[in-house]
Amino acid sequence: MTSLQDKLLALKQQGIKDIEKSADLKELNDIRVHLLGKKGPMTEILHGMRDLAKEERPAVGSFANKVRDNLTETLEQRKQELEAAKIEHQLAQEALDVTLPGTPVRSGAHHVIMQITETLEAIFLGMGFQVVSGYEVEEEKYNFEKLNIPKNHPARDMQDTFYINNDILMRTHMSPDEARELEKHDFSQGPLKMISPGRVYRRDTDDATHSHQFFQMEGQYIGKHVTMADLKGTLTFAMRKLFGADREIRFRPSYFPFTEPSVEVDISCFNCDGSGCEVCKQSGWIEVLGAGMTHPNVLKAAGVDPDVYGGFAFGLGIDRFAMLKYGINDIRQFYQNDVRFLRQFKQA
Amino acid sequence: MKVSYNWLKKYVELTDTPEALANKITLTGLEVDNVRHPAAGLKKIVVGWVKSVREHPNSDHLNICQVDVGEEAPIQIVCGAPNIAAGQKVIVALSGARIADNVKIKKGKLRGAVSNGMICALQEIGFSDAVTPQAYADGIYVLPADAKVGAPVYSYLGMDDAILDIEITPNRADALSMRGVAYEVAAEYGESVHFPEISLQEADKNVADVLSAKVTDEQDAPSYNLRVLENVAVKPSPLWLQRRLWNAGIRPINNVVDVTNLLMLDYGQPLHAFDYAKIGGHTIEVRRAEKDETLTTLDGKVRQLTPEDIVISNGEKALNLAGVMGGLDSEITAKTTTVVLEAAIFDAAHIRKTAQRYNLRSEASSRFEKGVNRATVITALDHAASLIAELGQGSVLKGRVAPTSVTPTPVKVQLTTEKTNQVLGTNLTSAEIKQTFQQLGFATTEKAGTFTVSVPPRRWDIHIAADLIEEVARIYGYEHLPATLPASATPGVLTAKQQLQRRLAATLEANGLDQALSYALTTPEKASAFQLGDSYPTKVSWPLSVDHTTLRMNLISGLLDDLAYNTARKQTNVALYEQGKVFLKADAKTARPKEAAYLAGAMTGDWQAAAWNQEAIPVDFYRIKGLVAAVLADFNLAEAPEYLATTRHQEMHPGRTADILIDNQIIGFVGQIHPRVAKQAHIAATYVFQLDLDHLATLAKKKVQYQPVSRYPAVTRDVALVVDQSVTNAALKVTINAHGGAYLTSVALFDVYAGRHIENGRKSMAYTLTYQNPQATLTDDQVNQAFAKVVAALQDEHGAKIR
Ligand SMILES: [Zn+2]
Repeated sequence: MTSLQDKLLALKQQGIKDIEKSADLKELNDIRVHLLGKKGPMTEILHGMRDLAKEERPAVGSFANKVRDNLTETLEQRKQELEAAKIEHQLAQEALDVTLPGTPVRSGAHHVIMQITETLEAIFLGMGFQVVSGYEVEEEKYNFEKLNIPKNHPARDMQDTFYINNDILMRTHMSPDEARELEKHDFSQGPLKMISPGRVYRRDTDDATHSHQFFQMEGQYIGKHVTMADLKGTLTFAMRKLFGADREIRFRPSYFPFTEPSVEVDISCFNCDGSGCEVCKQSGWIEVLGAGMTHPNVLKAAGVDPDVYGGFAFGLGIDRFAMLKYGINDIRQFYQNDVRFLRQFKQA
Repeated sequence: MKVSYNWLKKYVELTDTPEALANKITLTGLEVDNVRHPAAGLKKIVVGWVKSVREHPNSDHLNICQVDVGEEAPIQIVCGAPNIAAGQKVIVALSGARIADNVKIKKGKLRGAVSNGMICALQEIGFSDAVTPQAYADGIYVLPADAKVGAPVYSYLGMDDAILDIEITPNRADALSMRGVAYEVAAEYGESVHFPEISLQEADKNVADVLSAKVTDEQDAPSYNLRVLENVAVKPSPLWLQRRLWNAGIRPINNVVDVTNLLMLDYGQPLHAFDYAKIGGHTIEVRRAEKDETLTTLDGKVRQLTPEDIVISNGEKALNLAGVMGGLDSEITAKTTTVVLEAAIFDAAHIRKTAQRYNLRSEASSRFEKGVNRATVITALDHAASLIAELGQGSVLKGRVAPTSVTPTPVKVQLTTEKTNQVLGTNLTSAEIKQTFQQLGFATTEKAGTFTVSVPPRRWDIHIAADLIEEVARIYGYEHLPATLPASATPGVLTAKQQLQRRLAATLEANGLDQALSYALTTPEKASAFQLGDSYPTKVSWPLSVDHTTLRMNLISGLLDDLAYNTARKQTNVALYEQGKVFLKADAKTARPKEAAYLAGAMTGDWQAAAWNQEAIPVDFYRIKGLVAAVLADFNLAEAPEYLATTRHQEMHPGRTADILIDNQIIGFVGQIHPRVAKQAHIAATYVFQLDLDHLATLAKKKVQYQPVSRYPAVTRDVALVVDQSVTNAALKVTINAHGGAYLTSVALFDVYAGRHIENGRKSMAYTLTYQNPQATLTDDQVNQAFAKVVAALQDEHGAKIR
């Protein structure tokens, strides 16, 4: 072991110590320049090679190279360590409170009446019904006469009407659309299957349960072989889709001038499951639909032969459905458009 | 119709409980609203005998009573009723009793005197004021002398009954009678009805000797029948009769009036009784009221009659509003001895109108409106006469005065088994169908699958085969009909218009507007405001409220109502839209308006609320204009919209409103509402738009055609120019586009500035012009040349100074 080798060894040991102690990339670079630079101790030591015997030189040279490699490697390793630490430090600095609220993105609510309407439309579209829409200001004949409700018919008691004049009125139900479609339909192209949702008007004083304006949907399926069993099947399917597959559906006799036989459809109360509660007025049942087999006089009034064609019609209150489904207790809320009301139905 | 279970039981065999019966009736024919047990919730209420009454020493109105309630010794009760007297049988709520409204009776002291219970008025055990007999309205009720001391009071008062409240649909007026309900229930259970025999004893004296009658127009009263009773003692009815009335919701009055009411309930046939002495003549005439004729009705009101009213007159003046309400002058009183009884059929439409005109809906008028059983007009009259004679010890004169009468005949309706099954989707046999008619009591003959059914007059709702099919279906049971889902069809599809409406809703909601549905009927002022064109209003002829008289001709007024509603409730950042119909008329004469689909939006307050990381951004003109652009994009129109500043809308800000034109046609407008209008509506600065969807739907659509994306780079040039304030962006863009050359692909405004360094009345506008050649790379020279032309044109046409 020459003294040069001792020096190299000492240099290496001191160098590694310094490298490992370095705190940042700049200090590390200073160390590198100091150790391996042209005026550094390594160069100085290698200058001393000239004084060595010729045969000693290769061993010392090789040793010196090893020391240099060793130092270089250590420098590189430390550099990576320091760089990683630097990034880590930077990321730590950039950390956010992820629980702070996100920047608000505005989005609006679809009106609950329209949501129910579109849900119903989807159910009936799936069964091959078309969605039609008619007039809010109607001729009396389509609102009453053609629906088997002649003047002085007691059924007109059930509907207090806004008249424009003797012949023109605000439609009181969606049936005029049915009468018009029945008149228009070409039965050689197949049966008539339609629903018609829309705004209707009654001469009622507005309060929690009455509104002079509300929404209804009516529908009809008229063809050559449409039966009351089809009525039961179709409406059972639709009501289970809307109110749940586990609902009991009950059909019982009723009266509408435009159907015979007439049907009232109840579903088992979804609030109490039939045991009796506020929602169902302790009966266990909730009235959801009026329906029936289209009255022969209605078919005749539309120029359809009741001996050949027949079928069923049904109607429901969309406001009522929304009130039932969401426990809304004041019908006026639908038309006051309080945003605190509207926005509650954003998810539905 | 309030149906007494106990009364019904006298006509039909009933084994079901009232609740089971109610369920059966509901599922088979008529809807039972509820079943009421009058005694439900009551406890320890018994018959007491008042042994003695003495005045309370410390009170001027209380009495101390010793009451025998069937216990070893009488109990002491302090009573404040003015009509208390020794010897009465009374209703006693014992200590520990429960009376109406869940009130508990406890022992106590009243002004120092011990009271061990309470002597009750009918109202205190659950009777409504409306049915409590007048004599007991303000005091305790006195039970009949033979009531058993100590026994519960319920059976004496008919409170052990169950009352089924049946909702009668207009077609089933036959069930507005106990007999009708009995037939219905019998049919549902396959039972038969049994009604008691009527035995009428007539005197020798002929009715024709004392009374004659005529009907002016047979249409008004197709059946008109009178009987006369003499020497009738008018007095309270026996308790059994009173019970039936009050359980049906009718107040007992006296034996004559009570019998007419009882038999109206029984047969559904309204009856009327007059005091013969007060008719003032011996002739009764059914005629129309004279113009300006007046009548004081039973309720004491003077009615101004019209020739549309059918009246009963004594030959001189009107006595009665026929079928609706009696007159005060000929009313039965305690002094009446000779009674004229009337059973008639009056024209339904006239009765309905008269009842409406005077707001006098009564049990009688509603039955005449809906029809009565033609087969029992006379039966009810004779039954009433015999019962009044019995209860009032009077005699019935021989014969009836009947200027008009009807002969009830069954209606024959034909029906086939095939048609029945075809409508119902069933496989019923002829025998099964026949069975249901048998249960209903309809005589039936059958020939080769065709039934001929004789429908008795008591079911005047049945005329055609469909009516019979309903009878078959409900007696067979709706629940037993099969349920089939029609063979799967191709699904329906929404029309293009329906799809567009949904897309518009999605666009507006995605951009933060809530969907509103406002009232279509509004005030004339609101209906006429914010119109796109110039329409005449449509009014309803008989509005209910001044707020809802006129059909809207715009959607904005409704949205402003909604904003005002929200503002009043401290909701100040509100953006709403509505899709709906407006009602337009080109002239005043047209009754029926054209219905046009509109879309409108209204925004007020902050668009973006202040948050921890950002300032609030208030709504402004350009925000709503941007929204309109997004909405119009959904239409994919061939022509770009043009915005023209306008002052033509009175309700809009004159400097901040633009009509929106496409192809030179106005399809809507956008802007700020006039601050005056906002102030009146109590809302803050509000921006609105309104579009005519129907019009937009008719405009040409842009053809979507793929254009290759250019492989060659685009080059941009910026230009900032100073122009007069009056020079619009639209005008500058027209110039730029006109002189832009073949490679100008877009012009984008990036700055508008007025203020320091810009002279007064001028503004700086800066644009980025983008040039691109799809076929080759543009050279600097090409771009510079094109750009120079634009700059020159701007200077030339707009006096622009390039900055
Ligand atoms: Zn319930």
